[in-house]
Amino acid sequence: MKMLRAVVTMAGILLIWGIITALLGLPKFMLPSPLIVGQALLNHAGLIAENALTTAIEITLGLVLGILFGMISALLISAYRPVKQWVFPLLIASQAIPVFAIAPLLVLWLGFGMAPKIVMSLLIIYFPVTVGFLDGLNRTEPAWLNLAGLLQQSGNSGRFRKLINLYRYIKIPFALPSLASGIRVAAAIAPIGAVVGEWVGASSGLGYLMLHANARVQTDLMFASLLVLTAMTLLLYYLIDALLLRALPWLSTQENKPTQ
Amino acid sequence: MEPDDPTYSDITESMPDSLRDQGRIGIGVHLSLDRLVFDGETVLSDLDLELEPGKITCLLGPSGVGKSSILKVLAGFIPLPGNSRITASDGESLLGRLSYMDQKDLLLPWASVLDNLLIGGRLRGETPDNARANMLIRQVGLENWRDNRPDTLSGGMRQRVALARTLMEGSPILLMDEPFSALDAITRFRLQDLAARLLSGKTVLLITHDPMEALRLGDVIYVLSGHPARLSEAIRPEKDIPRDPSDSAFTQHYSAIMARLAGEAEDAS
Repeated sequence: MKMLRAVVTMAGILLIWGIITALLGLPKFMLPSPLIVGQALLNHAGLIAENALTTAIEITLGLVLGILFGMISALLISAYRPVKQWVFPLLIASQAIPVFAIAPLLVLWLGFGMAPKIVMSLLIIYFPVTVGFLDGLNRTEPAWLNLAGLLQQSGNSGRFRKLINLYRYIKIPFALPSLASGIRVAAAIAPIGAVVGEWVGASSGLGYLMLHANARVQTDLMFASLLVLTAMTLLLYYLIDALLLRALPWLSTQENKPTQ
Repeated sequence: MEPDDPTYSDITESMPDSLRDQGRIGIGVHLSLDRLVFDGETVLSDLDLELEPGKITCLLGPSGVGKSSILKVLAGFIPLPGNSRITASDGESLLGRLSYMDQKDLLLPWASVLDNLLIGGRLRGETPDNARANMLIRQVGLENWRDNRPDTLSGGMRQRVALARTLMEGSPILLMDEPFSALDAITRFRLQDLAARLLSGKTVLLITHDPMEALRLGDVIYVLSGHPARLSEAIRPEKDIPRDPSDSAFTQHYSAIMARLAGEAEDAS
């Protein structure tokens, strides 16, 4: 049903797009019709695939590293008060700087290869993951913390070990749904980082291809690249969504129980 | 180990609970509470509560009277106010000798019934006692649901898991805050029978607003009422628990308690 709706919506947009180009009779370099874009997609399939692969690798690495760093930061901020007091304002401040503004710097420092794009993706993803996870960690149900405190009283392991166990068995699992929300947002915005990085300076990638096509007025190729990028982002989002639902099977049923 | 293995089951079933649990049977607890203040309002003052060793003490009272606060002070969830004291009959600290059961089951939604029982050991970094967990799961009649997640169980089953988890620690003192109040009447009745069986020999504080529950399970019953709240004289119904509600003595106690609670309600309104 969900799939059908998506297909119908897509078809509708393509139809309206086609009608507009036919009615207005715009030249192909202003707004190519869906058919021309489709043709460009087929004609340049190899070129687009090659560049899409570069972008996909950048997004994936950026996502993995961003999630990793975000989780570690959230854990440190939640567990140690000084880290929160000193680092958290810095984290907020870092978000005030537009990624676009530092893209040239990153290219300058890290070169024209994949590295600056991965770092850009990482920077964009880091914040929603950190904030999402941290929110979850800070919101463990007090009743559970009370119970866990009581359960840990009789043990003779050290304070640090108990803290680790509290995180491992209670706080982190309870925070996973929030982390999942953060990761979903991250998956949707990760391509922005990679593409911006490619615009500033690159020798391959969908962003690079689009810029290149635009400069040479190959608007149909630009649209084709854009479609592929959109498809990639959607695919990534739904893939991650499905993975998260699979990893947290108790969530979908639990939310239907108002008594708890 | 197979849960249905007959020899294994015989060994654990014939072993009295008290042998496996820490300490001798029964540690009494005395709480002497000077004043408990919430938001500038005195909820409780000059309160002396005695939990007799190996007995179930029921604290009965209307909602909002401060019953749960007493339990939370004992559990350490609310810091002990100045000039108040908690003492155990053996003179030692209560630290690590308390178990707590809430009105909500507080089960970990991602963990199986078995894993929910083993959480205490895991949190303490000990090797989880699988044998004891399996025995308790059998005692609460959930051996066929051992690997189920809580969201696949009914409310009564979940509360049975919570009861088993509370007993899992083998603490001599149990604090129970309206443990069965979220259940329907029939399920509650059955769970009271089960609790009566499994709680024998423990020092229990059972908070409830249900006179029936207090009379079925309480060795000693106190009615908490008024503002700031005071304890009634101890009511000690005869007979062993779980008591039969159709018994004439039960009915008499029931009417007396209801009259008392109703009188309070009238005074308040």
